Amino acid sequence: MCANHDVLPPTRRGFLFTVGVALSALAATLAGIPIIGYLFGPVRGRAGQAWIKLGSVASFPEGQTRLATYDNPFRVAWDGPTARIACWVRHVGGDRFQVFAINCAHLGCPVRWFAQSRLFMCPCHGGAYYEDGSRASGPPPRGLFEYEYQIREGQLWVRGGQLPTLAGPV
Amino acid sequence: MNFISPLRSVAGWLEARTGLASAVTPAMTHPVPRRTASWWYVFGSATLALFALQIATGICLALVYVPAADQAYQSLQYLNDQAVFGAYLRAVHFWGSNAMVLVMTLHMIQVFLFGAYKYPRELTWIAGVFMLLCTLGMAFTGQILRWDQDAYWGLGIGASIAARAPVVGSMLVHVLLGGPIIAGRTLSRFFALHVFVVPGILIALTGLHVWLVLRLGVNEWPMPGRLVDRQTYRARYEADVHRDGVPFFPVAARKDMVGMGVAILAVLACAAIFGPNGPHGVPDPTITDASPRPDFYFLSVFALLALLPPWTETFILLVAMPLAIVLLLAVPLFAGTGEKSWRRRPVAVLSVLVILLTVTTLAALGVRSPWSPVMDAGTALATPAAYVQSRSPLQLQGALVVQNKQCRNCHSLGGEGGARGPALDGVATRLTRDQLIRQVLQGGGNMPAYGKNLTPAEVNALVAFLETLRPSNQSPARTPVTARPVARAE
Repeated sequence: MCANHDVLPPTRRGFLFTVGVALSALAATLAGIPIIGYLFGPVRGRAGQAWIKLGSVASFPEGQTRLATYDNPFRVAWDGPTARIACWVRHVGGDRFQVFAINCAHLGCPVRWFAQSRLFMCPCHGGAYYEDGSRASGPPPRGLFEYEYQIREGQLWVRGGQLPTLAGPV
Repeated sequence: MNFISPLRSVAGWLEARTGLASAVTPAMTHPVPRRTASWWYVFGSATLALFALQIATGICLALVYVPAADQAYQSLQYLNDQAVFGAYLRAVHFWGSNAMVLVMTLHMIQVFLFGAYKYPRELTWIAGVFMLLCTLGMAFTGQILRWDQDAYWGLGIGASIAARAPVVGSMLVHVLLGGPIIAGRTLSRFFALHVFVVPGILIALTGLHVWLVLRLGVNEWPMPGRLVDRQTYRARYEADVHRDGVPFFPVAARKDMVGMGVAILAVLACAAIFGPNGPHGVPDPTITDASPRPDFYFLSVFALLALLPPWTETFILLVAMPLAIVLLLAVPLFAGTGEKSWRRRPVAVLSVLVILLTVTTLAALGVRSPWSPVMDAGTALATPAAYVQSRSPLQLQGALVVQNKQCRNCHSLGGEGGARGPALDGVATRLTRDQLIRQVLQGGGNMPAYGKNLTPAEVNALVAFLETLRPSNQSPARTPVTARPVARAE
């Protein structure tokens, strides 16, 4: 009842109340913008990728699939062991390579190469892939994620740096 | 006498200034329905006690734990090996988290079966569901802070699930991980979630939940046939409580205190007997012989993700599961009145049973995970001697193919090996030679095709060996003789 009498006529108190609400809203917005921006700061598109040197072409014998490791190009000083990333390099022949992400296309577990049966197998939910990365069996909805690669001066380079998922392959 | 009177005067001095006793006493001694002083009503307070234990041990662990990706693992090892009572407090925190999820679930089942979510306690239930979600959030983020291989690949699984969201998938992954990939910023994010954000929400919700219990009264013991009606319920409850109520403290609280004590002691005992969990392997993603497994609360989800038909996965993860949570939240909104007693609510009882059976069966399967290949079967398991005796040289070559081509990653022989495919013992009673060749070359039924990976000589030897795999008293599989089609009378 009292509140109605205070607010309705354009009084000094009413004005002060309105100013108070407006200032608080302004303050909340100004404080909120950097907070929201900070939380979403890590969102990157293609900027989350870089060219990475994997090693000389000679270190990947033709017809074989080998594990290669590299340091995350966006590493920070406190990444520790998680800065290391692995991928499977298949030297098809000549200048033709296939570089597969280690992460299963199903839910990202580390697939392992079995040279004898020429299959990649996933330890989590049992996905299996052929040597060319195509899906062989199990729950994966697609073949292994493949890196874009280049050969420059006898060195194998791949474009990577982000966790490969169905939303954003390497 | 000498001790008591100074204490009384100190208490009197404090009370004159704070007024806390006069504020708290009515809440502690408020009347509750006589029959609710029951063992069935102790799970809520036991959950609260476990939460307090988690806060106490969590703060202690945070005194030493380093939430930085390069040192977290070592700080956990320091806690395990060097800090006084460090390993024990880690164990208490781990077993306490298990117990909290378990006792909270019991509390929820009791509340559901006793119809306690009905009018006017709808909001108490809704707050409770959010508290369950927060607790599971604590469980997941806590598992990440262990910062071992399971944590690393668990994050990979979480990110891969988030990535399945249409349009915003990639953005979600980056926000979740604090960058484009699992790394230092990811751990810092999950640390902040685990020690600030989620516990803050959980404490606020706990306050709301307890406030609502005090304000609306402890749910009466449900009597079959006594229906909840929005017009009459509150007056009837008040009348009943004033006619036949007992003070919460000490009458009902006695059993609560026993329940709280038993819950905490059980956690302390488990911690003493079984010790802390992990950390298991260094979170180095270049170590490829990891076999990640979640903690028990997520084993059922882990199993579900292996067993669902692939085309249903995204729908179930992103639509069905959130809908199930909405349904759980909405229970008091569409079933807020009427019968409270579980004796007259067969659908409610059956729902609880079906959900419990589903979750426990899936979790049990998750422990065994028969869908996972035995990754080291080719080198770790010997071919049982009985399977190589009295075999021809060609058949022995085939036994070598089974071993070397890692067939036993998925197929067991003599009870050892994977369970993803059928056991090879007795395969010759099920498949003929031609069918064996076709299966090996073309795969199918969830088996990869080995046509490109085996030479004709290897296939020949392999099938010769597989043909010997049948008990001597059973005949080999035969191609069914197709009966000549009988001409039908039109």
